Amino acid sequence: MEKYLYIALFAPLVSSLFSALFTATPKKQFVGIVASFLIFSAFVSSYILLGHIMDGGEPIHVEMMTWMATGNLYIPFGFVVDQISVTMMMVVTLVSTIVHIYSIGYMDHDKGFNRFFAWLSAFVFSMMILVMSDNYAGLFIGWEGVGLCSWGLIGFWFHKDIATWAANEAFIMNRIADLGMLIGLFLVYWNTGTLQYEGAFAAFAQLDTATLTWIGIFLFIGAMGKSAQFPLHTWLADAMEGPTPVSALIHAATMVTAGVYLVIRSNELYSLIPHVGLFIASLGAFVALFAASMALVNRDMKRIIAYSTLSQLGYMFAAAGLGAYWVALFHLMAHAFFKALLFLGAGNVMHAMHDELDPFKMGGLKKVMKWTWIMMTIASLALAGIFPFAGFFSKDTILEAAFAEHHMVIYGVLLFTAGLTAFYSFRLVALIFHGEERYKIFGIHPHEAYRFMLIAMSPLLILAMIAGVFQAPFFEMVEEILGAAEYHIHSHVTLWIMLVGTQIFVGLAILYAYKKYGTWSSVPDGSSKMENSFIYKLLYNQYYIPYAYEEYIVKPYNEISEILWTKVDQKIVDASVDGIAGFFYSAGENTRDMQSGNLSTMLKWMVAGIIILLSLAVVFGLAARYSGEIMAILSGLGV
Amino acid sequence: MEIGLNHYLILSTILFAIGLVGVMRRKNLLLLFFATEILLNSVNIAFAAISHYYGDLTGQMFAFFVIAIAASEVAVGLGLLIVWYKRHGTIDLESMTSMRG
Repeated sequence: MEKYLYIALFAPLVSSLFSALFTATPKKQFVGIVASFLIFSAFVSSYILLGHIMDGGEPIHVEMMTWMATGNLYIPFGFVVDQISVTMMMVVTLVSTIVHIYSIGYMDHDKGFNRFFAWLSAFVFSMMILVMSDNYAGLFIGWEGVGLCSWGLIGFWFHKDIATWAANEAFIMNRIADLGMLIGLFLVYWNTGTLQYEGAFAAFAQLDTATLTWIGIFLFIGAMGKSAQFPLHTWLADAMEGPTPVSALIHAATMVTAGVYLVIRSNELYSLIPHVGLFIASLGAFVALFAASMALVNRDMKRIIAYSTLSQLGYMFAAAGLGAYWVALFHLMAHAFFKALLFLGAGNVMHAMHDELDPFKMGGLKKVMKWTWIMMTIASLALAGIFPFAGFFSKDTILEAAFAEHHMVIYGVLLFTAGLTAFYSFRLVALIFHGEERYKIFGIHPHEAYRFMLIAMSPLLILAMIAGVFQAPFFEMVEEILGAAEYHIHSHVTLWIMLVGTQIFVGLAILYAYKKYGTWSSVPDGSSKMENSFIYKLLYNQYYIPYAYEEYIVKPYNEISEILWTKVDQKIVDASVDGIAGFFYSAGENTRDMQSGNLSTMLKWMVAGIIILLSLAVVFGLAARYSGEIMAILSGLGV
Repeated sequence: MEIGLNHYLILSTILFAIGLVGVMRRKNLLLLFFATEILLNSVNIAFAAISHYYGDLTGQMFAFFVIAIAASEVAVGLGLLIVWYKRHGTIDLESMTSMRG
């Protein structure tokens, strides 16, 4: 079985290195094919490992080699395939296989075709390290690796200023959070003496609550950055500047869920500190609502889906914070399927519309893009949580968990957000695929994506439809490691009311969205009454948070930097260093005339030097000899 | 009047001063060598006188070494001087400024 572990881990690395060989050459179709094949082999290996674990096999634990061994510190390159990591491996390899194949079509005309695959596979490799590592240090390496690859892929079209800006924003925001994570790791090591999960979890039970709370908080700060939770959320929407397959893989299905994975992985820590868990759950619920509200009015297709991702991450954190770790992991998996599908569908639309992102400029596309329409509709149904699609099983369980744990505020917020989710998802679908064909004004002739791209997407389509049936086997698999908390509402009547009520509520939201936007016929120009209302402006400008960051953090920071640069750096640091160098330089410049080359002059200088040195020797000799007397005279003078 | 150590040392100092002035003032390479010889020999006088004064032969031995080294230095120096003269036709110090910085 170890063999499969190594294939799953290193096939993406091989793929990345192989593609990297061709980065300087023009597009080569086989690079994409080889990369996809290698990622697919990682997927097959993961699938075999999943079979092994599901059959009740022991978790596979290997120590490839020693990484650091100094004094008491021992960190190996160790990898573990257990119930949690195998789930993540399946999600990562499956979605990335599909995205790789899809990208062959999507990046067809791009000059950076080969480079794209090098980055994308490098990302998969980093993500595999992140989820498979058996210690926090390895997780951190993967964590930084995915951050780096995310930076490279958001800024893939580096000739666009906005793309590089977004890439840097994502990278810097993650650095801020990673500092928190790093402090968390130091605290873990400091207090337990190890970074191995097993050893650290075993030692957590003996620590006092205050220490555990700090560890939990700092690790969660890291998770907040990676999973774009408030207040570090702005980078995710801006990250949509990257190519759409990247958004599907990194900013929907895998990397952004790494924060959730961290919390789930550290469940033994967080179950010891339920008050931090409650904070996580509250923040998650808040972000769910907060992000969904921004998605309501946005006019950028990819940003709407990005806010939806943010909102769903909030759901996952809400579940994980309440101790329902397996529910969070299940929602993570289901969400990866339908959200990746939604993004890839959006990619098809973007291609058809020549990179137009405003859904108000589309409309009526279902005639020309039948399959994309079907896929995005089903993905949206799954996202909205309509029975019997994937989202119903995962999201309703989160609602049930909140209800069963008697956190009614969280439950209420999540329930309301479910309605908003349905509304904005179908607002998007209705605007893109229904109503009048507004794109004709702009002279665009849309066309369906390549057939093989659609076929590549079909596994996601099927999974978005049927992932619910995996709930029971999934629960059986992970209950050993994540706790057997099944969330049953005591009374059946209550349960049914909840289920049916939620469905009706969500269904009404969908109908309302169709009614309002299904027959839309014009492109808004900012003159309507709604567009001028305060709430619309507030939501459309993302609560003015990016503006506030710009105004109150970036600009003051820039000004302080400017002052430090011109005043401190240039006037003090540089000036003193340059001054010293300048002194010696000018001293040399002024004394070079001595080197006239005339022996006679040189001899005169030599004699002068000897006399000076001799007289110094005499003076110091005398001073040393009569030091007692000199001291006496000086003290007499009162020095 | 008996000739004592001080007289020798005064003679040595005078000679040293003469040599030093010669080293600084002379423009002819050959005379520069003469001045150097005067410098060295002034030191030799001081060595020999002090050696005698203390009844210790080390100083006189040192003077012999200085004489030997002075001789070899002059041998090498004169050789170079002759080569220089053959090349340039002059041994004036003012003509030797190829080391100008």
